[in-house]
Amino acid sequence: MPAEDVVTRARRDLHQVPRTPGAPKPDALLVADGVRRSFGGVNAVDVEHLEVQRHVITALIGPNGAGKTTFFNLMTGFDKPDTGTWVFDGTPLAGVPASRVAKSGMVRTFQLTKALARMTVLENMRLGAREQPGENLFTALVKPLWAPREREVTEKAMALLERFKLDTKKDDFAGSLSGGQRKLLEMARALMSDPALVMLDEPMAGVNPALTQSLLGHITDLRDSGTTVLFVEHDMHMVRHISDWVVVMAQGQVVAEGPPGEVMADQAVIDAYLGAHHDTDLGDDALLTEGGTIDAEAEAEADAEETKA
Amino acid sequence: MRAEASPDRTVAVRRGGAALLLLLLLALTTTVVAPAARAAAATCTPDEATACLHVTVTQPGTGPVAGARVTVEGPGGETEATTDASGRASVALDAPGDHTVTVDESTLPAGTVLRDPAANAVTIPVALGRAAGRIFPVVAAGAEGGDSGPAPSPTDGTSPGDDSTGTAPADETGEGTESSAGPGTNRVAQLVLAGLVFGVLLALASLGANLIYGTTGLSNFAHGELVTLGGMTAFMAVQWWDLPLWLGIVVATLVGAAVGWLLNRLVFAPLRRRGVGITQQMIVTIGLALAGLSLFLFFFGAQPAPVVSGISQRIQLGPVQISGQSLLSVAVALVVLGAVALTLSRTRLGRATRAVSDNPALAAATGIKVETIIGGVWVVSAALASLGGVLLALYLNSTRFNFGSTLLLLMFAAITLGGLGSPLGAVVGAVVIGLVVELSTLVLPSDMRYASALVILILVLLIRPQGILGRAERIG
Amino acid sequence: MDFGQLFTNVLNEMTGPTAIAYALAAIGLNIHFGLTGLINMGQAGFMLLGAYGFAVSTIAGAPLWLAFLVAVGAAVLFALLLGIPTLKLRGDYLAIVTIAAAEIVRMVGRSTALTELTGGAEGLTGNSFKSTFQDASPFPDDRWALGPITLATNASNSWWLRIVGWVLVALACLLVWRLVRSPWGRVLRGIREDEDAVRALGKNVYSYKLQALVLGGVFGALGGVVFVLASSVQADSLGRPVTFNTWTILLLGGAATVLGPVLGSLLFWAALVFVRGFLRGAVPTEVLSVQQVEQIGWVLVGLTLVLLIVFRPQGILGDKKELAINAR
Repeated sequence: MPAEDVVTRARRDLHQVPRTPGAPKPDALLVADGVRRSFGGVNAVDVEHLEVQRHVITALIGPNGAGKTTFFNLMTGFDKPDTGTWVFDGTPLAGVPASRVAKSGMVRTFQLTKALARMTVLENMRLGAREQPGENLFTALVKPLWAPREREVTEKAMALLERFKLDTKKDDFAGSLSGGQRKLLEMARALMSDPALVMLDEPMAGVNPALTQSLLGHITDLRDSGTTVLFVEHDMHMVRHISDWVVVMAQGQVVAEGPPGEVMADQAVIDAYLGAHHDTDLGDDALLTEGGTIDAEAEAEADAEETKA
Repeated sequence: MRAEASPDRTVAVRRGGAALLLLLLLALTTTVVAPAARAAAATCTPDEATACLHVTVTQPGTGPVAGARVTVEGPGGETEATTDASGRASVALDAPGDHTVTVDESTLPAGTVLRDPAANAVTIPVALGRAAGRIFPVVAAGAEGGDSGPAPSPTDGTSPGDDSTGTAPADETGEGTESSAGPGTNRVAQLVLAGLVFGVLLALASLGANLIYGTTGLSNFAHGELVTLGGMTAFMAVQWWDLPLWLGIVVATLVGAAVGWLLNRLVFAPLRRRGVGITQQMIVTIGLALAGLSLFLFFFGAQPAPVVSGISQRIQLGPVQISGQSLLSVAVALVVLGAVALTLSRTRLGRATRAVSDNPALAAATGIKVETIIGGVWVVSAALASLGGVLLALYLNSTRFNFGSTLLLLMFAAITLGGLGSPLGAVVGAVVIGLVVELSTLVLPSDMRYASALVILILVLLIRPQGILGRAERIG
Repeated sequence: MDFGQLFTNVLNEMTGPTAIAYALAAIGLNIHFGLTGLINMGQAGFMLLGAYGFAVSTIAGAPLWLAFLVAVGAAVLFALLLGIPTLKLRGDYLAIVTIAAAEIVRMVGRSTALTELTGGAEGLTGNSFKSTFQDASPFPDDRWALGPITLATNASNSWWLRIVGWVLVALACLLVWRLVRSPWGRVLRGIREDEDAVRALGKNVYSYKLQALVLGGVFGALGGVVFVLASSVQADSLGRPVTFNTWTILLLGGAATVLGPVLGSLLFWAALVFVRGFLRGAVPTEVLSVQQVEQIGWVLVGLTLVLLIVFRPQGILGDKKELAINAR
């Protein structure tokens, strides 16, 4: 079945899902149960039940301090919950270290980008690939054992860099890239391992607003090529346009979920999350519809800005 | 290199006309300083009316030299002794003052000579109630600096931080005045007291390093040299310039503060401005430590430098004894620790300091002048280290060029144990370290007592990485 | 002043066992710090364990190959013992634990309790463990001159030891060169930059750090063996200053470069011997005693370390651009 059909069906299936926190999904890729994490008596995360549908873009939103990033850290093995279990694609992942979580096909990015600054862009990309015999200390000593795989990895890296328009920078140190480029690089690097689920932690944070459109485009591309996306965002504007499903967290708990349009109309969400500011436009389209064509130009400007700063 | 290194080992240095010969080599090379001296203590126990002089003659690589005749000449007359199978001769003396020790070279085994003939007939100051020791290394005639023997390589014979000297003060004088129990004391209680005293003094000395770590994230490897600086300044003030002790303490503290200010002003503030990473800054402190250590050795030589000569009266408290000197040190340390704690918790300045520790960026955003605070912390840190150095020198009877660097790891251990960056924790950690160091002598050979403290450090790190009082860190 | 003699001394020291030993130790430290970002403050501990491993097993009657194996094995064990518990903790803990562990090794080694095995603080004399190594030499017992340097062929600081030492250094460089340019080295550099990022890409960071710690420690142990083959095993001759010197050498040559540690070691010893020799020749002994000249040498080493960080943090061979990014 072509990827688009799978995606279309997965999105359509969501229509039948009840709009209640913890609703079961027809084809859940990630299922979390009773995940709790407290810091000094405060429950940072307290998720009863949550399912993430395969092949769609799910947004995890909530005000600052709602526990979104902590939830990410827990799911990906970067933090340990007090209690709770979760299953990814049929594999229980509770207590599994971060590296094995990533190997099982759930790859994440970070809110503060972790581009490996003193390595070139291409080296960053190569590092993302799986099953490299040359990463074993003893195999590494004999180049013929790993050179063929290295070539494959490099080809794949170049293809991805082209897609993310970073191919001209392949020999630059990642540390010399602009903030937006680093976000792109981190995303591209995550894709080197063909993950089933990409978890993006605030992909738009710290990026020049003019670049967000390009980033959003890459995220929808990801979905359309068959990768499931879960991303954290606290800015509703971004969420509305690209997500198929929205999960709202507040004070560590899932308070609502549903399609973006409905969730934003939900009075409970508005109260819990948007507070007094909801009278402003929840989805300012103007910024985004114009965006498409000004990408390259804006990026150049943003670059100039950053170098100055 | 080797060929030219040998003269170094055969020439002793005379410093400032003092009658103290710098037995650099003896300390720097292979010989057992403390174990020998301490074992010999079995035959002579210093008390209020007796001083002990332990002389060891030994051939590095071969072993102790028995049957060597040693002459000790002093105010109380002339005494002769012969070294036993362990190469030791112990002489009990009843008069304080300078004694001249001579090894009769004709009694050495055939074909051997003193490695450092110039250091024969050495003058050693002796105080009642204390033990002094000297070691005379012997080498095969003509084999000095030869390749086949245990001739130290260029590094070990000459490196100032070489740890044969590194632990020498620990072994020679490191046993505090309180850990050796006199008659009428309970050994365990005495050791607990010694541990507490040592812990409190260590806390004072290490508190500054902890403040620096808290505010800047820097592990200051030169902190030990600041401690030495304090001891040495007090030594100069009291012994060379004849100032009263209290004034010496004040001068040492002020000098420490000034050096702290200079260090920050000239080295670390510029490094921070240029955004030099914390690891690089740490390596800078290592360089400063090495330079500082060598400078102390350059100026003061390797011999112990007693801040106060003579021994103070011991006071009996129930089952334990404590010397007046130690009591004074502890009292000063407790007062200063209390003052620092109050300043940190009650004053605006203290609160600002803690804010910088918590989150410098946030503190800066709320209008706190972070750089000023850090500058102040450097001054206070170095002043505390200096003061701690004087008090520790009083407690351990003397200071020495590598006094602080020997204690550096114990200070790090105290800080880490208590939780990096937590001032109260450092005090608790230091007391724990002090107790471990002293009490471990109940079951371990005493030359392993510092090692036992470091083992505890590693164990605690494994079980409770945030330290005794530190908070668990939030990730991400 | 006899400059000819001075330069002979410098040349002799540059190519001598001490420089070789430090080069090996710095190569190991480079794997730790330059490649992986591990702050190992106890490289001297690895050296000392290697030295003890070699000497004690030889004295116990082990053949040469086994003694080398024991030295390497001791370093591997030490690395595992330190690494398994600490590499999961924050970076600066490794620094504290390694420096403490190295001190423990030294204190235990020189302790009277172990005099039978380690010779206590007096150590083990060279003659007690050098024979197997010297017997393995293909040369006749003689003294040979090469240029201005005349040395014994086999005994102690000999041509034989120098040849073996430099071959070891060359092999170590080759190995590092191969590894740096392999995917394995890439993972290590990734860890140096940001271990969480590498973890998020599915690499077992812990295992890689452990591998790096072990490998670097093994080079330290080999350095220790070379060090004591020229003299004797004394716990105190491989104390904290040795670790600090190794750091200076690494940063002088340039961390994260293949040849940096070797160049650093050559220059370090050349400079130290030159300064001492020069001062000794130029300043009369009444002004500065021989010992004081030594101290000046060490003060200069300390200051060099400071000035390096301030003015040329990338060392001689390092890439300025690469470092500038880190500072940002």
